[in-house]
Amino acid sequence: MISVNIPISDNVIRELKVGDPVLLNGVMITGRDTVHKWMIETFIRKTREPQTDDLRVYEALKPILMGGIIYHCGPVVSGLDTKQYKFVAAGPTTSIREEPYQADVMKHFSIKGVIGKGGMGSKTLKGCEEVPGVYFHAIGGAATLIAQSVTKVLGVYKYEFGVPEAIWVIEVKDLPVVVTMDAHGQSLHKGVEEHSATVLAELLAK
Amino acid sequence: MRDYTNEIIELIRRTSTDLPPDVEKRLRAAVKMEAPGSAARGALETIIKNVELSRKNSSPICQDTGTPIFYVRHPEGWSTRQLKQQIRTALAEATKKSYMRPNAVDSVSDKNSGNNLGGDDFPYIHFEEVEGDELTIELMLKGGGCENVGAQYSLPDNRLGAGRDLAGVRKVVLDAVHKAQGQGCAPGILGISIGGDRGSGYVKSKEVLLDAIGTRNKDPKLAELEGRLTGEANQLGIGPMGFGGMTTVIDTKITDLSRLPASYFVTISYMCWAYRRRKITVKGDQVSYD
Repeated sequence: MISVNIPISDNVIRELKVGDPVLLNGVMITGRDTVHKWMIETFIRKTREPQTDDLRVYEALKPILMGGIIYHCGPVVSGLDTKQYKFVAAGPTTSIREEPYQADVMKHFSIKGVIGKGGMGSKTLKGCEEVPGVYFHAIGGAATLIAQSVTKVLGVYKYEFGVPEAIWVIEVKDLPVVVTMDAHGQSLHKGVEEHSATVLAELLAK
Repeated sequence: MRDYTNEIIELIRRTSTDLPPDVEKRLRAAVKMEAPGSAARGALETIIKNVELSRKNSSPICQDTGTPIFYVRHPEGWSTRQLKQQIRTALAEATKKSYMRPNAVDSVSDKNSGNNLGGDDFPYIHFEEVEGDELTIELMLKGGGCENVGAQYSLPDNRLGAGRDLAGVRKVVLDAVHKAQGQGCAPGILGISIGGDRGSGYVKSKEVLLDAIGTRNKDPKLAELEGRLTGEANQLGIGPMGFGGMTTVIDTKITDLSRLPASYFVTISYMCWAYRRRKITVKGDQVSYD
């Protein structure tokens, strides 16, 4: 197991290779479908005017994301009424839906790590080489276990996106992940896809 | 008719926070199939650890507590209107207790209702009048990741060389498993319906998943295809979480529907490893949980 602290330096990122099991420590944010679309439209492609507290949230996120991590996660959170938030269940969601946005979001904010499940495509892999960054795979569905690594909920932005889609700022201790896409153009997912495509072709020929 | 809201809350708690024994047993068996030290084995070990912890803490196995789908089978004379109201009240209450994530999002405004109630059809409730004196309420929680990799094929499919017969069915199912890769949270369980229209095909492809793991279709030809598909899907080597490995699918279930002469649909519902389904049975004053 390799222990990695957030923020992560370029040197540490470049040392990580596909297959490395990693324990993550530090502050990160959750962000999934609505958040990526909102970031791209409001701050990157600027096809939408900033509204309400958009600019304030943007400024607050920048230092957290510089060298930081975005986690594709829509948690179950308790204490919503009292704002004494606690993560009850917090596994990863399927990352491929962010494929159109991810590389641009990483570059814009200097994000060094993306956590999710299922892997991502060639555009994100290229982004990982350029930034540099890596894709960390968490175990899908292991929600109670992963929630135990979330030691503190430091705050929430864009609560109006709904609990699963809001931006939760969390502190984690030893959050377990595996590197499946690295900064050197390697992807476990690409390898598995290619191998299974060959087997499929053989089976279909039968 | 008495009020079953509390019993339904308990049904939801049990469904979201624990796996049915047949599913857990199959996952435990799968651990031994993977090479020691492999990412696939690590994923399955984490999965088992998480199931044990969720059961102990009464917390959701997966943060995506899924689409809640209820199957209510009631004897003559029960009020489905009252049962629906009780189910809806129970679901909102279970959400407050953090057994469920608020999952109902308005598709036009993007607003999350916050309580898992969205319009008349969320949660979706299937009612059926049955003979006898037992009421059963069965709940399936199906996560979005696995629902997204479901697929429907209209045969013949020229790209795959799949004709309108069971050989063609085999080809399109293998294609769907390949396309899903690890994104449906493999190892998965395949629910397949052959025939019907586009709508009934999807409904039945989910319903067939309610049967216990390992139950085979009564038709020997379909039973054979079920076994063959599980074996061949595992040859693809996609493995747990798509990490590569021996276990991609833990079971395959096929059902068939009559079709129009013009149509030959094959519909695949992919269920993630976190297959959450539970049932309560009401008989007289007795309420029992499976």
